[in-house]
Amino acid sequence: MTYSNPYQQQWPNQPAPAAPVVAGWDDPNRGGWDTPTAAWSTPPSRARVNQPRSGEHLLDVRDLRVEFGTRDGVAHVVNGVSFHVDPGETLAILGESGSGKSVTAQAVMGILDTPPAVVRSGQVLFGGEDLLTVSADRRRQVRGQEIAMVFQDALSALNPVFPVGWQISEALRSRRGINKADARRRAIELMDMVQIPAAAERVDDYPHQFSGGMRQRVMIAMALAMRPKVLIADEPTTALDVTVQAQIMDLLATLRAELEMALILITHDLGVVADVADRITVMYAGRVVEHADVHTLYAQPAHPYTRGLLASVPRLDHRGHGLHSISGTPPNPAAIPDGCAFHPRCPWAQQVCRMTAPTLVRIGRLDRASACHFPPEALDARLA
Amino acid sequence: MARYIIRRLLQMVVTFIGATFVVYALMFANQNDPIQALAGDRPVSDNVRQVLTEQYHLNDPFVVQYGYYMRGLLTGDFGKTLTGRPIGDVMSDAWPNTIKLALLALFFATLFGIGAGLVAGLRRGSAFDNTTLALTLVVVGLPIIVLAPIAQLVFGVKLGWFPTTAGARPSLYGLILPALVLGAASTATMLRLTRASVAENVRADYVRTARAKGLSARRVVAVHVLRNSMIPVITLIGVDLGTLMAGAIITEGVFNIPGVGSKLLLGIQTEDGPLVVGFVSVLVVVFLVTNLLVDLLYAVLDPRIRYE
Repeated sequence: MTYSNPYQQQWPNQPAPAAPVVAGWDDPNRGGWDTPTAAWSTPPSRARVNQPRSGEHLLDVRDLRVEFGTRDGVAHVVNGVSFHVDPGETLAILGESGSGKSVTAQAVMGILDTPPAVVRSGQVLFGGEDLLTVSADRRRQVRGQEIAMVFQDALSALNPVFPVGWQISEALRSRRGINKADARRRAIELMDMVQIPAAAERVDDYPHQFSGGMRQRVMIAMALAMRPKVLIADEPTTALDVTVQAQIMDLLATLRAELEMALILITHDLGVVADVADRITVMYAGRVVEHADVHTLYAQPAHPYTRGLLASVPRLDHRGHGLHSISGTPPNPAAIPDGCAFHPRCPWAQQVCRMTAPTLVRIGRLDRASACHFPPEALDARLA
Repeated sequence: MARYIIRRLLQMVVTFIGATFVVYALMFANQNDPIQALAGDRPVSDNVRQVLTEQYHLNDPFVVQYGYYMRGLLTGDFGKTLTGRPIGDVMSDAWPNTIKLALLALFFATLFGIGAGLVAGLRRGSAFDNTTLALTLVVVGLPIIVLAPIAQLVFGVKLGWFPTTAGARPSLYGLILPALVLGAASTATMLRLTRASVAENVRADYVRTARAKGLSARRVVAVHVLRNSMIPVITLIGVDLGTLMAGAIITEGVFNIPGVGSKLLLGIQTEDGPLVVGFVSVLVVVFLVTNLLVDLLYAVLDPRIRYE
């Protein structure tokens, strides 16, 4: 399947203002690892994450903060999230329900309902252009055409009263002005590309006539219609059974490679991302708590939360043992605990964790960072 | 689909017979002496009485009388009024006026109801939303017997914008004020339903998907939100069309429109059995047909609905 893209990649050359890539790095109110109350007298050595030059990454989200005005006060749902992706790369954003990953994705897309949501600060740099400051029209242009999104529940995310082919090609007809016959042909091509059998016969069927896996393929075909450079998949396999999950993940990986897209995979399922993701960003209570390439993250998690998540994955070689779970529940975004948001659930929490929030700092030489005063990796070394 | 339509048509036959039977029974069982009613105050001789009794089958059992009536109805013969005028003629005079009035009322109800409902649904909690809520409550709360004379007094007499009465051959312009009055309740319910429906659909996942495609806000609302919101509203329009035709009695009376409602009112007042039953029979058919059409339209609007 080949595409002729009439929209050549053109990145505006405007310089973006320098911003800290790490959450809260420049905030003088935040304590560091060396607060005097620290129980450990000799904290592990740290290095700053290098700030990438502007425009270096295809999509570069910096210090994004999103709040929701609710009746019970302001809910801080996204609190300084930074990540980036490059063409042909898969970034997984991992976190429990309510960790702010979907809101982050919707803020990047610019489809948050405002109000109640407010993007407080941060930058969403697409090819160096800050999407949070451009005009609404330019924002809409980017949406779907440069950055597209696949949603979780394809049944409710597809309009029940229009045929799938019509929905797949809708953006092409309405935004590129191609005629009906061409649109239909393109819809069939796209359905072929996402491996929907008998696409030509099924192009006029309605969403409810498809199985869950096929519906998700329709969603993917729809997102790819404008040939986006970044595809955000928000829990694309959550509503599907396990065998279909694997097929959809394979499909996404294949398409990402073929179309040289950047893929952002939002999920709470560690098992799902292991084979597909290049890098993983772990979110907790609206913050990035760990960021690493997939092998390092699985082998040596550098945050107690990640370690808890990994321990929670059922394993065949540990049969007969009880399942591990992280005790407690994620915090209410309207009342995030002081200090490290994870400290009430953290088995290694110390006094410093209750007082000051750890910043995301680099560990080792790799593109790897953790927001923990006492990364388990360092802890292991100390205990060894 | 064809099976469904056939089943519905058969059900309609049963409903039609049942409804006309009840009306027929109510109109005729209650009559003291139809021959005396026909003659008015004049005395009726025994000879004439006998002839008329045979002519109108008055000695036959009630069910047989009903059978005679139905046979006439099915061959297009509605019979004659007590004053001797063929009811078919009365109908061909009255129906066009009522149909015009009902369609005009429905047009205004749809225009204002859906238009304002859409705006209110998109801007929940705004001044517009709250104002329309208050207005619709007033309109729904006021019976048409109050609303019609007020509208006539204010817009017809005081302001002089519209003719106060429509007259024997009502012009389209003369029907505007009656249509607005007649459609007021429908407008209010349609507005509330559209508002609720739009408010729900605007938060639907597929609307978020449509926005994620980068469609214009106008297209998202006009195509995705409105299309889905119209499904319950169309049902209401269908039900209302029947109600508007049958419920024009007061409006037609106040504005003096020679339509179905005023004839029906006349028939009830003068105890003109054949006239009342004839008109009600046609109204029953109108109700049944519009309901069937709405149900079929429902399947067109929502592909998830299949009739077996």
